[in-house]
Amino acid sequence: MNAAGLIMEPLQRVVGVKRMPWVFLLPNLAIFSLFILFPMLMNFYYSFTGGTQLFPTDRPFVGMANFERLFDCENFLNPNTCSEDRFWRAMRNTFVFVLAQVGGMILLSLLTAVVLNQKVRFRGFFRSVFFYPVLLSPVVVALIWKWILQRDGVLNALLLSVGLDPIPFLLDADWAMFWVVTVSVWANMGFYTLILLAGLQSIPAELYDAAAIDGAGPRQTFVSVTMPLLMPTMMVVLVLSLIRAVQMFDEVYVLTGGGPGTATMLLIQYIYTTGFATQVQRFGLAAAASVVLGLILLIATLIQLRVGRGSERHLA
Amino acid sequence: MTDILTYVYLLLGVLVMFGPVAWLVLSSFKTPAALLEFPPSLLPLASVMATVEGHAEPLQLFDVALADGESARLAQVRRVGLEAQMVDPAAPDEIIRVPIDQRTEVREFRLALSNYTVPLRQFNFATYLGNSVFVTVMATLITLIINSMAAFALSKYRFRGRNAVFLVILGTLMIPLSVILVPVYLVISEIGWVNNLWGVIIPGAATPTGVFLLRQYMLTLPDELLDAARIDGSSEWRIFWQIVLPLSAPALAVLAIFSVMWRWNDFLWPLIVLTRSENFTLQVGLNAFQGELNVQWHYVLAMTVLTLVPITVVFSFLQRFITTGIASTGVKG
Repeated sequence: MNAAGLIMEPLQRVVGVKRMPWVFLLPNLAIFSLFILFPMLMNFYYSFTGGTQLFPTDRPFVGMANFERLFDCENFLNPNTCSEDRFWRAMRNTFVFVLAQVGGMILLSLLTAVVLNQKVRFRGFFRSVFFYPVLLSPVVVALIWKWILQRDGVLNALLLSVGLDPIPFLLDADWAMFWVVTVSVWANMGFYTLILLAGLQSIPAELYDAAAIDGAGPRQTFVSVTMPLLMPTMMVVLVLSLIRAVQMFDEVYVLTGGGPGTATMLLIQYIYTTGFATQVQRFGLAAAASVVLGLILLIATLIQLRVGRGSERHLA
Repeated sequence: MTDILTYVYLLLGVLVMFGPVAWLVLSSFKTPAALLEFPPSLLPLASVMATVEGHAEPLQLFDVALADGESARLAQVRRVGLEAQMVDPAAPDEIIRVPIDQRTEVREFRLALSNYTVPLRQFNFATYLGNSVFVTVMATLITLIINSMAAFALSKYRFRGRNAVFLVILGTLMIPLSVILVPVYLVISEIGWVNNLWGVIIPGAATPTGVFLLRQYMLTLPDELLDAARIDGSSEWRIFWQIVLPLSAPALAVLAIFSVMWRWNDFLWPLIVLTRSENFTLQVGLNAFQGELNVQWHYVLAMTVLTLVPITVVFSFLQRFITTGIASTGVKG
């Protein structure tokens, strides 16, 4: 028996067996309430307050002012016309990023999963190869690529060796966005490849046999057998990757710092800099932006629940 | 044909996925001078130095094409404009003047290990490493214990409120810490945990994912085992500790691996909580170090390698376990 038993056994005599489940729940529930549940509710309150103090009672109630500031825009597609132009730049960047990253990543992971699902030698090895970057920390991923992409980096040396001019990859707005997307695809695609591969392997072989007997070619088999049966897994992958892409921060922050200028600043970075990384910490505005982000995630989650009914185990 | 394409794709995959990491590792062993080279050399090469009589410092060696068509290996004393003053190490008294385009540096394969040792000794990296290990180990232990206790209660007892608790936990599965940064920071600062490693460890300990994962697993354990133990007079805690926990080892192992990954790689929250350098974790320290005005890439690269080594080692031993665990649960860091 262990030290905890010395407390728990007398406790059981005091509270009785019936209340023991609550004792077991207590530590987790206490931390959960204090650091997840309470902050969730509190975040709404913050979004309706102003000032620079952290403690809630020191903060004046300002009603919808934070949201009004966030949404005060003449033209939502042109951040320059908005009072909080950085927020809309971040929104626009996040939109572009999510579209490109999720699209590119799903195509590549599907391709990789299909390739790995064939009879290939050393399948375990190749699967691990594609999965390995998933485990690396975002900071490490960003530093690896920052080193490769810098002006005197190896990629520019390769460009030079085939007769092209070096490109300042991280100093040009469009290139920076391209590499931010590419690097995050590189770092995450192995995870979705793994899930899609599991989905492919769960398709019964008899269906392929039947298709072969009916004389279907490989393309026809893929379109009429593989794709429909893979659809549920695809939806899970789509929503999961969407939710993660909306929350992207670490890799991008370390790789470009949101730059050049604000060209790759995403939503979380906007929240982080507004609330924590400036002289004047605008907690109310940061919280209001969090609420907007939370709503976006909620919509994605609801879609997930609608399409993923019965695939409860894929929630993450 | 498809066969060839398949293997071409896979080998390209190896290059693209491993190449950048390999390049990082190779670069991390280069001297600062070699890192500045453009185009860079593949392997870590360093200039060969020689001690020459009459000179206090070691001199750099060059292969020189001499005016008479001969070639020789000379040591450079100094460089004046387009001319280098060199000596033959065998006859150190006579100065030989050589145009600088007539000499090539002599280089050899050498690992600049000081890239690793210096930052560990001089720049707090040993502290960062210690902090990261502390956070990862403590957080994982706490997560495993409290999550499994909660999962035990939610899977092996019937009581009023059980479904409500489970639903609330399930409902927050999708709420990332990044959405509630401000109020969590409030709680931390009221407790006095700003700049404290516990402020990094505790908030993320009650993972909904872990509770969910363990509960689903514990549901599959037969209740008869527990009833039999109760008849034998076991306390509830004893049932949990000595029967349920050991039987849940596979699920606990999966959660432990995830927790180690989450914590070791965690960045945004430690970045907010830890503002003093002596409390940094590796990830925050690395970021601070690479953000300095004059980035000392030779140190940054070496410390990056150091940061990815533990995860790589864990992965190479447990890869089958990790990949099947992820494929079956859909959970990721």
